[in-house]
Amino acid sequence: MKDIILKAENISKQYRLGQVGTGTLSHDLNRWWHKIRGKENPYLKIGDTNDRSTKGNSDYVWALQNIDFEVERGEVLGIIGKNGAGKSTLLKILSKVTAPTTGSIKSRGRIASLLEVGTGFNGEMTGRENIFLNGAILGMTKKEIASKLDEIIAFSGCERYIDTPVKRYSSGMTVRLAFAVAAFLEPEILIVDEVLAVGDAEFQKKAVGKMQEIAKGEGRTVLFVSHNMAAVQELCTKIIVMNQGGIEFEGNVEKGINFYFSSKLQMTPFKEFILPEVYKAKINYFEILNDKRELMTQFSSGEQIIFKISVSIKSEIRNPIFSLRLSDLSNVNIVTWRSNDYIEEPLPKNKGDDMIIEIKTNDLYLLDGVYTISMSILDGKETLDFYDKFLEFEIFPSKPNPDFHFITKEKSSKSLIFYPAEWNVN
Amino acid sequence: MDSKNTNDWLFEITPKNKFFSLNFKEIWQYRDLLMLFVKRDIITVYKQTVLGPLWFLIQPLFTSITFTIIFNNVAGIKTGEIPSFLFNLAGIMVWNYFTSCLNGTSDTFKSNANIFGKVYFPRIITPLSIVISNLIKFGIQFGIFIVFYIFYYIKGANLSINISLLFFPLLIAFMGILGLGFGMIISSMVTKYRDLNNLVTFGVQLLMYVSAVMYPMALIKEKLPNLRWVVEYNPLAYIIETSRYMLLNIGEISILGLVYTVIVALIVFFAGLLVFNRTEKSFIDTV
Repeated sequence: MKDIILKAENISKQYRLGQVGTGTLSHDLNRWWHKIRGKENPYLKIGDTNDRSTKGNSDYVWALQNIDFEVERGEVLGIIGKNGAGKSTLLKILSKVTAPTTGSIKSRGRIASLLEVGTGFNGEMTGRENIFLNGAILGMTKKEIASKLDEIIAFSGCERYIDTPVKRYSSGMTVRLAFAVAAFLEPEILIVDEVLAVGDAEFQKKAVGKMQEIAKGEGRTVLFVSHNMAAVQELCTKIIVMNQGGIEFEGNVEKGINFYFSSKLQMTPFKEFILPEVYKAKINYFEILNDKRELMTQFSSGEQIIFKISVSIKSEIRNPIFSLRLSDLSNVNIVTWRSNDYIEEPLPKNKGDDMIIEIKTNDLYLLDGVYTISMSILDGKETLDFYDKFLEFEIFPSKPNPDFHFITKEKSSKSLIFYPAEWNVN
Repeated sequence: MDSKNTNDWLFEITPKNKFFSLNFKEIWQYRDLLMLFVKRDIITVYKQTVLGPLWFLIQPLFTSITFTIIFNNVAGIKTGEIPSFLFNLAGIMVWNYFTSCLNGTSDTFKSNANIFGKVYFPRIITPLSIVISNLIKFGIQFGIFIVFYIFYYIKGANLSINISLLFFPLLIAFMGILGLGFGMIISSMVTKYRDLNNLVTFGVQLLMYVSAVMYPMALIKEKLPNLRWVVEYNPLAYIIETSRYMLLNIGEISILGLVYTVIVALIVFFAGLLVFNRTEKSFIDTV
C-alpha cells in the first residue's frame, strides 16, 4: 500500500494577460451575471496553452492544465522544465500563495516552502528579531524557534552581527541568515525552489548538504524545483518534467532528465542559406549529424558529431580556408577547426566545383550545455562568407564511456570541457 | 497514519472558498506571528529616532493644540466647562485610532504583496496585527490624556467621570472593529481597483468633519438642522460623542445611536471578513 502524502487532482490555473485594470470591471460584471444565472464562467472556456513565444488569440492563458500527480511520504520529487513551463505556478498553488482555477490538492502534512528565502525580513530589526519574525512567517511557533535559536545562528555564521539591524548586513549575510531559518523548519512537506543559487561556494555546499540531510537523513518529503540537473540527480528519487503547463514525464530520474534534454529546445539540425546573385564561394547548406548520419541537435558528451557543409563555388579560389568554430552560450570560444592548420591541407587548391565538406569530431568531450556554431570561408585573407552563431546544438550530461561516472558541468566545477586522462597512482 | 483511509487528509486546497470560512484554529496556531507583527509595527516606528515612542504623543498633542486655537478660540465652538484642549484631545485620540486602523489595514494586500506572494499564513493576521499595534499606540495616547486630565483637575477645572466609563474599552473595541471592517473591504477592492486608494486618503479627511471630532454633536443639530442627518447616520460620530461622554461627562449618550453603531460595525466587519476571505486566495494574480 502506497503512503500518499500529497495528491494533486486535475489542477489548472488560468491567468489573464496584458493590462489588468482595463476591462476588469466589465469582465467581472459579465462573470457575475453568468454566475447568478447559474451558468459557467464564460472566461474559463477560452484560453490558449501557455506558449510564450507564439502570439495567442485570447487574453487568457492556462499556466497549468490538468496536472495530476501523487507524492509518497519520504519521496524527493524533482520538478524540472524550461522557463515558463509552470513550475513556479504549481509551487505557488502548493504553498497556498494562490488558488488553482480548477482541481484540488489534498495533503496529509504541513507544507512549508522556501520559495524565496528572507521573506518578511525587516531591515530595521536585528538579526535575532528577524529570526523570530521570519520563523513565525514560515509557520514556526516562538517556542520552536527559541529552542533552535543557537543552532540557527551557528549555521548562518552571523554570530558577530546577530544584534545588528539586518539592513547593515551584506546581501550574502542576509541570505545566509534567511536560509538558516528556513533550514530548521520542520514541516512534513518541504518545497524548495532554486534557493541554492545564492551565497558563496562554501555556503552553497553547506546548503546542499543540509538539503540532502533533510531529504535523505530525516525521511522528509521534499518537492525540489531546479535547473541544476546535477543537484536534481543527486537528491531526487522521482522526477516530473513539465512543459507548457502540463506534465510530460513522470517517473525515473535519469530517464526524466534525458527526456527533458531531448525535448527541451526546438533547435534545428540544419540550415539552408539563400545565395545572392554574385559571389565567389558561399555556404549552401549546413547539417549537424550523429555517427549514424541522422540529423540531430542533442548529443551526449564524447559522442561523434558530424558537421556537413555544402559549399557553392562560382569562381576559382586560390587559397581556400574553411573554418568552423564552437562557442558556448557565454560566448567563450571552445574550439576552432581551420582547414589550413594542417600541413597537408585537407582542401584541394584551385577547386572550381561545388564541394561537400565533412568535419567529424573525435573524442570531443564538451560538457552539458548549448553550443553555437560559426563558420567562415576565406580565400587567403579575403573573407568570402561568414556566419556567426547561426546554429545551436546541445550536449547533455552522460557517461562518456563505461570507465566513467555520469559527468556534468556542475560536477566538473563549471569547466569548459571534460577530457580523459591517464591516472598513475604509486 | 493509516493510508488506507482515503479521507484522512490534513487539508485540501481548492479553487473556491466556501461562502464563508474563517479557520480560527489556524489563526490560533499563528498567534506568535500575530504578536511578532505587533512588536515589529511598534519597534520599527521609533528605531533610529531620537524621541522614540514620544512620537506617538506629539501628533495628537499638536493636533489638539491646533484644533483648540482654530475651532475653539477663533471659530468659537463652546465646550462648556470642559477645557477645550481636553475635549479635542479625547476626540482626536479616538478618531486617530479609527483612522490608523483604517489606513493601516486598507493597504494590507498591496504593501504585503511581497510576503503574500511567497509564503502562506492566514492573511487575516496582518490586519489584526495592525489593529492591535494601534491599540497599543492608543494606550500610550490615553496615558497622556490621563496626565492632562489630572493636570486640569488639579488646576481646578470642573471635571467629573461618568460611571459609564466602565464600557469605554467596549466602545474602543467597536471603533477598532469598524476600522478593521472598512479596512478589509477597501484592501480587498484595492487589489483590483487602485482608484480606491485615492478615495481613501481624502475621504478619511472629509469624514472627520462629519464625525463630531472637534464639535459636540448637539452643535450640528442646533446650527445645521438640515444637515444633521449626515452626522446622525454616522456611527463614528456616536462613538466619539459617547467616548467624550464617558471620559468627560459632556454631551449626550444615545442608546439607540449606540445600538445602531454596533449593528453597523458588525455588518461592516463581517462583510469585510467575507471579501477579505475571498480575495486572499487569488489576489496575488491581480495585485
